[in-house]
Amino acid sequence: MTVAATPLRILIGKVGLDGHDRGVKLVARALRDAGIEIIYTGLHQSPEQIVTTAIQEDVQAIGLSIHSGAHNSLFLRILGLLREQGAGDIVLFGGGIIPDEDVPRLKAAGVQRLFRPATPMHDIVEFVNGLRTER
Amino acid sequence: MNQVTAHRSFFPHDAAELARQVEAGDVRTVARVITWLENRDPLGAAVLAHVAPSPNRAFVIGVTGYPGTGKSTLIDQLITAYRRLGQKVGVLAVDISSPVTGGAVLGDRIRMQRHTDDPQVYIRSMATRGQQGGLAEATQQAVRVLDAAGFDVILIETVGVGQSEVDIMHVAHTVVAVVAPGLGDDIQAMKAGLLEVADIVVVNKGDREGADEALRDLREWCKTVIRTVALKGEGIAELIAVIAEHERWRDLDRPALHNRKGPSINLGSRAG
Repeated sequence: MTVAATPLRILIGKVGLDGHDRGVKLVARALRDAGIEIIYTGLHQSPEQIVTTAIQEDVQAIGLSIHSGAHNSLFLRILGLLREQGAGDIVLFGGGIIPDEDVPRLKAAGVQRLFRPATPMHDIVEFVNGLRTER
Repeated sequence: MNQVTAHRSFFPHDAAELARQVEAGDVRTVARVITWLENRDPLGAAVLAHVAPSPNRAFVIGVTGYPGTGKSTLIDQLITAYRRLGQKVGVLAVDISSPVTGGAVLGDRIRMQRHTDDPQVYIRSMATRGQQGGLAEATQQAVRVLDAAGFDVILIETVGVGQSEVDIMHVAHTVVAVVAPGLGDDIQAMKAGLLEVADIVVVNKGDREGADEALRDLREWCKTVIRTVALKGEGIAELIAVIAEHERWRDLDRPALHNRKGPSINLGSRAG
């Protein structure tokens, strides 16, 4: 079986005190429609829960939606936990309300990509499809 | 096994070493071996060939039934109950792949999230990837991985099924079928399929209208019918008790178990 024939596994979810899940559900559906297996965690996950779930589910990447303003601390905490637990190879990306001035710092810390409001869905699907690695 | 060398450097490539990591309970290795088995990567089967020959130590419980009857919530409660008994619990939650795109949204574990912080609980979502029968192709092999990794209880949630998706009977020691009140016609339909393979039938959402009728109706067909309200934890102790009773029966009657599991018991050595 070729690598391309095995579905990507991606964790999609929401972290922290943030109940705005309309966008993240649309993203999950678009990725499913692109042939990807989505592990959907739902709302109010802690960084620890996200990282444990990602490891148990053996996902290639974690995609988080954050509209609470806590993106800096949450993304950095998750990156730290991934490294601590020997899972630094799992890609972290995200989307939501993230001010311009925060983007360079998060990217430098290791967040692979940040999708801002009004991103075409196609861009997200293309990015995720590009994460295909031999396992 | 010469072909199984071109893998990411993150994991060792030696199947025997990987098998030792599985047996040591290393979660990343357990998860990756299940991925390889799902992907039909020969390295997955090679690892299984290196674990102690079918320890068959874990008690495997299948939870099946129509969509929306509360299977995930019931499993959440069973995890709690078995953890209280000091058992290490593995969960394989099977959900359906899109027949059109092959994609899937796997959300069973949402109902079990309170166990995520418990290192003695492992939850894995599996997509059916076109497999009929209510399980994924690799589910039985994943059971062997979790068994080798030292899990005492393995709970399998099938896709939401009714009549013909009865593969679970070949994989689980005890099959629990979950129904909910208000699915009258569905219960009629199940009599010819799922209820025949179920060891225990659970009427969940047992505080709803129609629960008494469903219980009465089902008791004419099935020996063991339990009422639960999984959201409130009601009936779980009784369910655990009848599962344990069934397990004792199983232990007294091992030849019957082996007949029941049939030739599929050895799926893990596919590439060996």
